[in-house]
Amino acid sequence: MSSTMHMHGGIGESIKRKEDGRFLRGKGNFLDDIVLPNMLHMAILRSPYAHARIKSIDTAAASAKPGVVAVVTGELMAQHKLAWMPTMSGDTQAVLATDKVRFQGQEVAAVIAETKAQAEDALASIEVDYEVLPAVTSPDGAKATGSALIRDDKEGQADNHIYHWESGDEGTTKAAFAKAHKVIRLHTFYPRCHPAPLETCGCIADVNPATGKTTIYMTSQAPHAIRTVFALVAGLSEQNIRIVSPDLGGGFGNKVPVYPGYVVATAASLLLGRPVKWIEDRTENLISTGFARDYHMTGDLAVDENGKMLALHVHLDSDNGAFFADAQPSKFKAGLFHIVTGSYDIPTAHITADGYYTNKAPGGVAYRCSFRVTEASYLIERLVTNAAIELGIDQAEFRKQNFIQPEQFPYHSATGWVYDSGDYPKAMDVALDKLGYAELKKDVEARRKKGEVTGIGIASFTEVVGAGPGADYDILGLRMFDSAELRVHPTGKALLRMGTKSQGQGHETTFAQIVAEELGIPAQDVSVEEGDTDTAPYGLGTYASRSTPVAGAATAMVARQLREKARKLAAHLLEADEEDLVWERGKFYVKGSPERSKTIQEAAFAAYTNLPEGMQPGLEGVHYYDPPNMTYPFGTYAVVVDVDKGTGQVKVKRMVAVDDCGVRINPMIVEGQIHGGLAEGFGIAFMQLITFDDEGNCIGSNFMDYLIPGSWETPKFELGETTTPSPHHPIGAKGVGESPTVGSPAAYVNAVIDALSPYGITNIDMPVTSDKVWAALRSKGVTE
Amino acid sequence: MRVNGVERSADVEPRVLLVDFLRSNLLLTGTHIGCDTTSCGACTVRMDGDPVKSCTVLAVQAEGKEIKTVEGLANGAALAPIQVGFHEEHGLQCGFCTPGMMMVTSALLERNPNPTDDDIRWAISGNICRCTGYMNIVKAVKYAAKMQSEAAKAPEHAAVAGGGE
Repeated sequence: MSSTMHMHGGIGESIKRKEDGRFLRGKGNFLDDIVLPNMLHMAILRSPYAHARIKSIDTAAASAKPGVVAVVTGELMAQHKLAWMPTMSGDTQAVLATDKVRFQGQEVAAVIAETKAQAEDALASIEVDYEVLPAVTSPDGAKATGSALIRDDKEGQADNHIYHWESGDEGTTKAAFAKAHKVIRLHTFYPRCHPAPLETCGCIADVNPATGKTTIYMTSQAPHAIRTVFALVAGLSEQNIRIVSPDLGGGFGNKVPVYPGYVVATAASLLLGRPVKWIEDRTENLISTGFARDYHMTGDLAVDENGKMLALHVHLDSDNGAFFADAQPSKFKAGLFHIVTGSYDIPTAHITADGYYTNKAPGGVAYRCSFRVTEASYLIERLVTNAAIELGIDQAEFRKQNFIQPEQFPYHSATGWVYDSGDYPKAMDVALDKLGYAELKKDVEARRKKGEVTGIGIASFTEVVGAGPGADYDILGLRMFDSAELRVHPTGKALLRMGTKSQGQGHETTFAQIVAEELGIPAQDVSVEEGDTDTAPYGLGTYASRSTPVAGAATAMVARQLREKARKLAAHLLEADEEDLVWERGKFYVKGSPERSKTIQEAAFAAYTNLPEGMQPGLEGVHYYDPPNMTYPFGTYAVVVDVDKGTGQVKVKRMVAVDDCGVRINPMIVEGQIHGGLAEGFGIAFMQLITFDDEGNCIGSNFMDYLIPGSWETPKFELGETTTPSPHHPIGAKGVGESPTVGSPAAYVNAVIDALSPYGITNIDMPVTSDKVWAALRSKGVTE
Repeated sequence: MRVNGVERSADVEPRVLLVDFLRSNLLLTGTHIGCDTTSCGACTVRMDGDPVKSCTVLAVQAEGKEIKTVEGLANGAALAPIQVGFHEEHGLQCGFCTPGMMMVTSALLERNPNPTDDDIRWAISGNICRCTGYMNIVKAVKYAAKMQSEAAKAPEHAAVAGGGE
């Protein structure tokens, strides 16, 4: 028995998770666990080169290998008009290469065989004749005169430039800079990293030749959107497509896009009339699927003589890889980067962004992040700490001086956002108090005098999550609403289905708790289902911390809708006027006579057995929620580090994280998510790097080169909280899963820079590895 | 080999990995594949009591050995203490690394019934979790240790609680 099974499980209760049992017993249902009768296996041949022309592909030998049923090439896909597919950013992406390969690891051909081993064995027998071309591996390389043209497939594409995008006001920003007392500049590169969920991506496509029904089991964070994309791209009738996203072993944005493997497996199943399974190995996952970041940013912050921020200017160059396949709302080319003024009352700002094609994997995904808000938060928080150091002001004090104040909410930012609510000074105070900041600063000073290298880093991030209001937020035209369908059965038990898809966030528990709160049915009596497009209502999926802000709101709304019907039923049973009934979680009673009451379960039973005249039977409903605004979680993180001068090694001594995500539905789950995000932020700050050599070979193609933080190096976390409800969300919640990944990298790096600041070191790009720290210290003449 | 107490045998190619044998031949899909390079530990099982990464053991190497997988942890409806610990302390989120984590830490607890935080962090340092930041996994193992030691003190009571729904 779980120790919390007896609890009602309303909002604010840390009940244990309902979904745990199957995972604890090894009975989860992950993609690779699914076996269908008569199933074939697919393996993909990938390009060894970053940029090469394909002169010929010979599949004859591979086709003759044992167990091989088919070998698919781009030529075959082209016959079905499927050699290319649209991306989520309005570009095209090769499914199987026909003309050129444009990044190392690009899909060239696929073998379908009776067993996985046979499919993989046969790959070696496919002969591809390549003419190797020069590779472009950075925006600077992409801009250079005479650099190779990557997208010669696109008519009118004369260079490697993808987009230019601007936000804010150039004129007022320039004017403010002209009057500035001081301008602090930071140029920093937020390098490419990869979400690397522990379960890789894959699918099983099962086209039933008799009925035409296409069922695709897929590691997808957004199954409904995928269904519509498949209908549009493949010309299939949408009612004949069923996407089933089973248990997902993490996602972190990596499982949002449509990958070529999904399309090829589906085409193969259609052609062969048998189910086809494809699952990546780790290297395929790291070198070909949705990466993150890869932003080269230059920020200028103008301040007056009192340290008041006057204006911000940012330019960024985005490295988008071979196809512009960023997963983001279509209106915003650089995602939500223009939240870059962050937690500060900066009167004016101007942001310019340029995107470039390079010979690297496509698919800039929001890795545990709301569409590039991580890059924005990193830049402003690094810049603010650098400014404080340069101005000789304490970095906490400098932040407080410039925070948007609680009375300024709703706050209209210089780049057009309307922040819903916040109390930044309070979160800062809780963090400083937890840290023992005043004492700690004295300690740092004392130890520095002894020659030790130690520092404190602070980051006071503001996130923008919960995409989003339909007028501004869409993916391929699909408005980013979400949904909840609630069915209350005659015995008072309920089934809740949503358009989102948990990847470990605990939706089966959290969303049952919203029903428990709003409709009074205990959380244990509410089953939550997601991920099957034949049964779940249409929604845009789980990413960008949108599940609680959008589907959570839909859940509250549908529960309230059913509560109103239940009120009518209770009034009927009690022979009372509806208006005379008082709702108390779980029951209605007659005003002034609390003993005259009917429970929600009794009302539910009546919905099927004893109805008032003219009322439709049943107690079911669905709500599609289009949020009126985004939500703006925030917090202050503080890190203490020691640096070893001899080795450059950084030791994170403390990590204090104070989060304000509005109302917390299940505090245990919220804290678990914060822990996880802080660990991923630690990995990004110090370890995780996908980089490339000059020929475009991916360095970081396995877990021996792409370093993921383990238990030994990951610091211990000290959490704190404040609660500022969202004024427009039905239960005041804001979303939290990504705040720690958004906020923490800057806090970690700020601590290192603070430690190194006495030596005049102002920046080290992530990951902050020992060799970089060592070299920075040596460059300033610091030795042991 | 004996797997979770049951004798199992099959003819396999010499190259077949233990993890593939468990998953494909025996349909014990609780043991997961995360990396192929012995880095992540999602495939950890116990072989003659030792935790091993089954992606780096050939099935034929396990001939005659005693193998235990996550499916062998619970005793019917009753979860083992390590499973109860992970549930009570929220030691899992997506659940993909969890079987490997539990196989490693159940071995730890047999050797060290009262581990410190550092003992636990060291024991699981070859197993990657992308969701929890390890904080609650450490707590989960301590919970299980406490449960086991209390059961040892009062052997007349059931050694394990049920749970997990």
